[in-house]
Amino acid sequence: MTKLAQWLWGLALLGSTWAALTMGPTLGLELPLTCREVLWPLPAYLLVTVGCFALGTVGYRVATFNDCEGAALELQTQIQEARADLARKGLRF
Amino acid sequence: MASTEASRSLPKSRRDPEGRALRQDKFSVLLPTYNERENLPLIVWLLVKSFTESVINYEIIIIDDGSPDGTREVAEQLEKIYGSDKILLRPREKKLGLGTAYIHGMKHATGNYIIIMDADLSHHPKFIPEFIRKQKEGNFDIVSGTRYRGNGGVYGWDLKRKIISRGANFITQILLRPGASDLTGSFRLYRKEVLQKLIEKCVSKGYVFQMEMIVRARQLNYTIGEVWDENSS
Repeated sequence: MTKLAQWLWGLALLGSTWAALTMGPTLGLELPLTCREVLWPLPAYLLVTVGCFALGTVGYRVATFNDCEGAALELQTQIQEARADLARKGLRF
Repeated sequence: MASTEASRSLPKSRRDPEGRALRQDKFSVLLPTYNERENLPLIVWLLVKSFTESVINYEIIIIDDGSPDGTREVAEQLEKIYGSDKILLRPREKKLGLGTAYIHGMKHATGNYIIIMDADLSHHPKFIPEFIRKQKEGNFDIVSGTRYRGNGGVYGWDLKRKIISRGANFITQILLRPGASDLTGSFRLYRKEVLQKLIEKCVSKGYVFQMEMIVRARQLNYTIGEVWDENSS
């Protein structure tokens, strides 16, 4: 199954469960009022939570993105060395 | 030497295939170039240095797509300096794309492992022994350089670029769950058969091509190892 199919399948499953439970009265399922009050806005809550988690994670990763200055400096030195060595070997730049 | 005497008496088909020295690993570096006249000598020098210091059997295949800046001439000079058994020139007439460059290069590769990397000095050859060590350690089909984990990182990126990079990577990690932390990185080591199989199956171009390779590799259950890559572009 492709990733897309997996996602659609998962969402369909959760979506239909939620729909069935929130439309309880019309389908003959009776749940206590408190349960239904929580269940009804659940998708919206989850969306906001996931959004916050995503922003937080990306923000953290950007902040901790490794800056390898040492490597860049080392490269510059090696470039000098390379040019000298290649010129000795007869390379015409 | 006893072994050469024995091999001479064996029929030719039983001897090692041409280009492979006595079952030793050989690493073919595929270097597609376009307008890299400045960087090509440097990257080749660094590659030769890394390989000779670590005593690794190698060859460098330069696939130039008709660069107008004289990259091909520089490549020919390098071939004279280092020998045509180490530097293989396999140019093409015009810019035909990365995927086809790899296919073209692989046809002439005599190694059993292929290393792909950029010729613009954003990938440093000093990591290649690390790739090789990692591959041996886990017997991986693919070893990918990652900029997002461990000591991997970047140099000279502004905030906007970092945000876009991390953001896009986050989305692809969630959606595709690829089992590799860096999907668009192009510093990788592949087993030759694995790369051939994957290129056959991939249909996209550019950045997406690199991503597709990893995703397809997971689908085909190839194992992927990671090495921290310090990217300097």
